Amino acid sequence: MNDSSMTLYKRRRRRNQAAMVLSCGAAGAGMVALVWILATLVLKGASGVSLAVFTQMTPPPGSSGGLLNAIFGSLIQTLVATLIGTPVGILAGTYMAEYGRNNGLTSVVRFINDVLLSAPSIVVGLFVYEIMVQPMGHFSAWAGCVALSILVLPVVVRTTEDMLLLVPDSLREAASALGAPRWLVIQKVCYRAARAGLITGTLLAIARISGETAPLLFTSLNNQFWSVNMNAPMANLPVVIFQFALSPYEDWQQLAWVGALLITVAVLSLNIIARTLSSPRASDR
Amino acid sequence: MQTRPNVELTKTVLTEPVAETLQEKVSVRNLNFYYGDYKALKSISLPLYDRKVTAFIGPSGCGKSTLLRILNRMYDLYPGQRAEGEVLLDGKNILDPKTDLNLLRARIGMVFQKPTPFPMSIYDNIAFGIRLYEKVPKSEMNDRVEDALKRTALWDEVKDKLHASGLGLSGGQQQRLCIARSVAVRPQVLLLDEPTSALDPISTAKIEELIYQLKVDYTIAIVTHNMQQAARAADFSAFMYLGELIEFGTTDQVFTKPRESRTEDYITGRFG
Repeated sequence: MNDSSMTLYKRRRRRNQAAMVLSCGAAGAGMVALVWILATLVLKGASGVSLAVFTQMTPPPGSSGGLLNAIFGSLIQTLVATLIGTPVGILAGTYMAEYGRNNGLTSVVRFINDVLLSAPSIVVGLFVYEIMVQPMGHFSAWAGCVALSILVLPVVVRTTEDMLLLVPDSLREAASALGAPRWLVIQKVCYRAARAGLITGTLLAIARISGETAPLLFTSLNNQFWSVNMNAPMANLPVVIFQFALSPYEDWQQLAWVGALLITVAVLSLNIIARTLSSPRASDR
Repeated sequence: MQTRPNVELTKTVLTEPVAETLQEKVSVRNLNFYYGDYKALKSISLPLYDRKVTAFIGPSGCGKSTLLRILNRMYDLYPGQRAEGEVLLDGKNILDPKTDLNLLRARIGMVFQKPTPFPMSIYDNIAFGIRLYEKVPKSEMNDRVEDALKRTALWDEVKDKLHASGLGLSGGQQQRLCIARSVAVRPQVLLLDEPTSALDPISTAKIEELIYQLKVDYTIAIVTHNMQQAARAADFSAFMYLGELIEFGTTDQVFTKPRESRTEDYITGRFG
């Protein structure tokens, strides 16, 4: 090697080192932020976790209580929203990947779906307020479920289409070659081949809505008391956190931290389950 | 790949044109095929004789797979592809738009180049096709599955893991599973699209042996790039080039006394 190529080599090495330091730093910053959030949540929230949190209602300021009505409200609204949004999303995704793969409708739906995917959730909340809360004259859990299902929809549509497109055409041909009608090919072969991905998509959608506050503020609002009436306002963790954390009362703030910890643990678990399912080894099964 | 010259010789001798009566199971008449505007097949006419093996040979892109995929109307899955002419199965034109494609495909089975086991158990891979058109009690289903696996010489290898995933088998086993799957629905015609091109020589030999046994019951059409395979396995051979059928005859005649110089050039390896 002569001198000039030596300096070139050295310069490249320095650049390489600089790039590595920068990217390691960026990755580290991301990690630090995440760990910091988790640590704060655990530090502030864990001390407040007690049996009362899961057995008592949200209290008025100054008295003891728990989050039972909010936990129940969140669970039921998330469940109903998933039950509404997932079938519609899977069917829409199926149309796009199986029946209308290259037609105009699919491109339009895909575009609109991408817009919906990134739409601010407060807009969805306002929309449902206009079409449900206003005409009905009161806030209700149903309205909350509809708002959340609108957020579930684009996630499920997107993952369903992507996962079905990953199923090789040779598999569809093989099933058709046995004389299977189209819907059976999709149901028995394509869905089965894409199963892990479809479940993952649904879990990610659930994770997405379980922390949403804005759409619920406009729809199911909140309820201080135990309520299973879907036609009335219903408590839910995000709005309770929002209210309690901004309040001047220390016991409320403590409960807000506990609620935040609960949601985070739930979302984290959903993500971990989704990751495990979508790992290459799991999809072999 | 001349690993078994003796077998090749004996089989060539066996396929000497015999004075037995040949019945046309499938008759292709004046068939043209288009991918959009591109004409991929030009007035093809040839017979597939009942319970005989017919090989489609020719260089890549000559239209042999296209021809095979017309015989069970696989091309119908894709827009922009169309066929003109006639393909008669027992005298009925299958290109008729009124043909029930699912019933047609149940009568004409197909095995693809790459093994395509379904993401389900070995047992269900075979039961899937049977369940489509027949309501079979459990015990009979067990017999049908066993029979299909025995016919494809897979039974001894998988009988202890029938409920394990079909994806866990080796490539050669997967391909035999796919053939078993096709055979289980009791079709009349079997289409094999380069069934051994992704397999090792031992698996290939097993599948060729299988073809030899299956032709007792089925009319078979096989697309192959492997001249020795055509010579070993087929009773009749069709040489295609650039979308045209150049020559059709008994395998013996096509390989030893080709009428066309292009056939001879291809078979002797001068091009393609």
